[in-house]
Amino acid sequence: MAADGTLVVAEARPAGHGRASTLQRFARRRSTIAFLMTLPLIAIIGGLVAYPAAYAMYLSTLNRRMTANIGLGNFEILLENDTFRAVIWQSCIFAIGAVVAKALIGFWLAHMLHAIPAKGQRKWRGMLLVPWVIPPALSTLGWWWMFDPSYSSINWILNIFAVPSVPWLGEPWWARISVIMVNVWYGSPFFMIMYLAALKSVPDQLYEAAAIDGATGWQGLRYVTLPMMQNIISITVLFSLIVTFANYDIVRVLTNGGPRDMTQVFASYAFQVGILSGNLPRGAAVSLFMFPVLAIFAYFILRGINRRNKEQM
Amino acid sequence: MSATAIPASYTGRKLGSLRSERRWALWVAYASLIIACIIFLAPPFYMLVTSLKSSAEISNLSGNPWLVKAPTLENYIELINNPLFRGFFWNSIIITVCVVIISMVVSVLAAFALARMKFWGSQMLATGVFLTYLVPDTLLFIPLYQIVGGLGLLNSIWGLVLIYPTLTVPFCTWIMIGYFASIPKELDEAALIDGANWMQMLTKIFIPVALPGIIAATIFAFTVSWAAFVYPTAFVTTPDQMPLTIGVVSQLIRGDTFAWGQIMAGALMAALPPVVVYAFLMDYYIAGLTAGATKG
Amino acid sequence: MAQVHLRKIVKEYEGGVQAVKGIDLDIADHEFVVLVGPSGCGKSTTLRMIAGLEEISSGEIDIGGSIVNDVPPRDRDIAMVFQNYALYPHMTVYDNMAFGLMLRKFDKTEIKRRVENAAKILDIGMLLDRKPKALSGGQRQRVAMGRAIVRDPAVFLFDEPLSNLDAKLRVQMRTEIKKVHQTVKTTTIYVTHDQIEAMTLADRVVVMNHGNIEQVGPPQELYHHPRTRFVAGFIGSPSMNFMPAKLEGNGAALTLHLPDGIRLPIPAARTARYAPHAGKDVLFGIRPEHLTETRQTEHRANVAVFEAAPEVVEPMGMETLLHFWMQGHEICARFDPAVEVSPGQRVPMAVDMDQMHLIDPQTDLVL
Repeated sequence: MAADGTLVVAEARPAGHGRASTLQRFARRRSTIAFLMTLPLIAIIGGLVAYPAAYAMYLSTLNRRMTANIGLGNFEILLENDTFRAVIWQSCIFAIGAVVAKALIGFWLAHMLHAIPAKGQRKWRGMLLVPWVIPPALSTLGWWWMFDPSYSSINWILNIFAVPSVPWLGEPWWARISVIMVNVWYGSPFFMIMYLAALKSVPDQLYEAAAIDGATGWQGLRYVTLPMMQNIISITVLFSLIVTFANYDIVRVLTNGGPRDMTQVFASYAFQVGILSGNLPRGAAVSLFMFPVLAIFAYFILRGINRRNKEQM
Repeated sequence: MSATAIPASYTGRKLGSLRSERRWALWVAYASLIIACIIFLAPPFYMLVTSLKSSAEISNLSGNPWLVKAPTLENYIELINNPLFRGFFWNSIIITVCVVIISMVVSVLAAFALARMKFWGSQMLATGVFLTYLVPDTLLFIPLYQIVGGLGLLNSIWGLVLIYPTLTVPFCTWIMIGYFASIPKELDEAALIDGANWMQMLTKIFIPVALPGIIAATIFAFTVSWAAFVYPTAFVTTPDQMPLTIGVVSQLIRGDTFAWGQIMAGALMAALPPVVVYAFLMDYYIAGLTAGATKG
Repeated sequence: MAQVHLRKIVKEYEGGVQAVKGIDLDIADHEFVVLVGPSGCGKSTTLRMIAGLEEISSGEIDIGGSIVNDVPPRDRDIAMVFQNYALYPHMTVYDNMAFGLMLRKFDKTEIKRRVENAAKILDIGMLLDRKPKALSGGQRQRVAMGRAIVRDPAVFLFDEPLSNLDAKLRVQMRTEIKKVHQTVKTTTIYVTHDQIEAMTLADRVVVMNHGNIEQVGPPQELYHHPRTRFVAGFIGSPSMNFMPAKLEGNGAALTLHLPDGIRLPIPAARTARYAPHAGKDVLFGIRPEHLTETRQTEHRANVAVFEAAPEVVEPMGMETLLHFWMQGHEICARFDPAVEVSPGQRVPMAVDMDQMHLIDPQTDLVL
């Protein structure tokens, strides 16, 4: 706006040339300061995110020793590989299963927190957020120990109720469920806190109006709460899908991909192939398989946020 | 209220059912919360119990594993006297302090420019910041491995100090844009008339007014760089340069016999700083967590 | 202390929309000038251009004898009071007032002296240690004014400073502002959309509409001698009634033909002024206070009487407003509350013809 204003001055009064250029210099100076202030940010985004992303694409077209360009060879090899196909499958089960469970548990707990008297909420919220606060790599160590085949404290409890011991990390399906369980344990508090914030932003008068209009509690949820929270629910779910889909910590600590690569997800497999086996180009190719999925989620998040901004205006 | 017009029995029944409905709902709420709390707090509790046991007690299968009979601090003492573990702690502190400072300087400057000084491409850059935040670390660790290696910073905490800001800066910038944008425009106009220049406006008005946001962003940067796992796992293999997360996970586990008591003690000590920050600054922590969605 | 001159000031936004269309205005030293008009009329934009918060597209602004077009706000020697006060929330009242002086590197004792002096003028001495959060709306308003006073600037700028206050406080602060101006006598430019505020505060009122100045003048002059239809309708509350009419007759005697067959004789004193428009369609304008019950006007000359049946009667206490419709035009009359009128009842109404206005419907100028 400022720049335009000065342009008009310059055109309208060629006589006052010196003055107009002072103003232009002022506007240009402001732009320069702003640009300088954002320069470190641009350097970080450009040098450590955009450039590596482009470099990853280039890297994925090289052969193992990075001496020749083999085009899409890495991707072809991967797609023909049974293990990698299992990885795709496993990543999807993991991400969708975990996010659905986290969203439902988070929603339920947010409602329960919202239902109790306000002065007790802080205390409960404080305790329920603890799983989110502990670095996941470390809390997963605790879970690993709880799943230990011979010392499992979970099995000990199950045995009390005469339920036979579960081979938590030994069987592929149980291992998958274990990984999802730990992720749900870690991520549900995040959903809870987001939904609680959204619930608190719904004005009480709306529920009162709905109640007077004859809505039952369930109808209030269906016609007031859910529509009001729709946007935040979808943003949270999409965001969590990205994070869960790309998760590494839990699989690395809990199963390290085992048994027999049956719990390998994109991130852990990329690590296995790229860093541990030393085939960086193919590892990069594994990571890049995540890209289209993440791009679609990111697009919808951005759309949701823009829509939210418009509503607030 | 025309209560008199309604038969007494009717009101009585209606009131009673309303009250019992409320009581029932409250009961369900508390029951859910108690169950959730037990499940959510069981793993850290079990870690604590294990960390207080001697190796002999851990390998004894006869008793209740959730209880400790002869609590001992030997696991903690042993770890504190272990120079390797102290090294992990020290590395984590250096890395986190550097990353928090870098992140806050970069993001506050950028957010101020983006929120207040509209310039060519500023809108695009703001969107770019948010998209960067959505890029997960596991997408980029392989090319970054090559780049960090090319700079000769593999197996060095400085490589991590260089890379971690990619995890923290985008979100910090994003929430600071939100906080700065919520400051009324008249406030900077008043400052402008009072004679402040851009730098004074930032340091004397914006930073103090947006202090809650600054604290929230700082906590975020702190917890993220303290808990970062993918990059140190990929870039650091020499124990003396490892931060806590990967150090505890990879170095305290040796051979086939795990020193579970020590591992749990190490994990708990490593988790302590973020938990302490959370305990004292819970409201800021939560504000930072929800800011992305509610402010964005 | 300074004069302010605006010469052909234009504000043009992207896409060629003009918010201010080349206005001229001369403000004398010590003068209190109020810019008033409906929202979007360009009054705030004009003020912000004077403050230096908006770029000037073309024209010149002169404060105290120097052209300030490209002078940044901090060097214009102005102080501004904002609609939402814009108090720095993290500073105490004292620091809020001292901030501008501190940035200008005044020494501590001088700052203290000035802040305490301003606090005394505004009676906020006991609030100096508080944060804005702990203040009421009226107190914040005072602090915002204090921040302007301590600077001792050439010009005070007020941007709708009272619109966030409740009605009672607004009246009180209005008096306060006037008192402060009489004490410090600084040249003041004040923007409001409220014509009552404009009338009560101003030495001269500037009525703006669609980016142009409609009329400049002392309050009484605007009330009695509006120059355009817009000013006639904007100033005064309830606003002036307008009815289409036809001016009939020859040079000797003119009559106004209203709808519903009402005939009103034009006072002889105005015949010469209106004679050139005889036979033309005009717009007849009369304020509600000049359309009253007959008893009030018994002893006056040039009173015309007609009958009408009000549809809505609004007793206000000190007066009663009657609303009736004439061929789709709502007309409001102001009666003494002692006269009892019920809706639908035909009552005689006296028109004080000395107070009427005729407007040319083509040009919207008052004849």
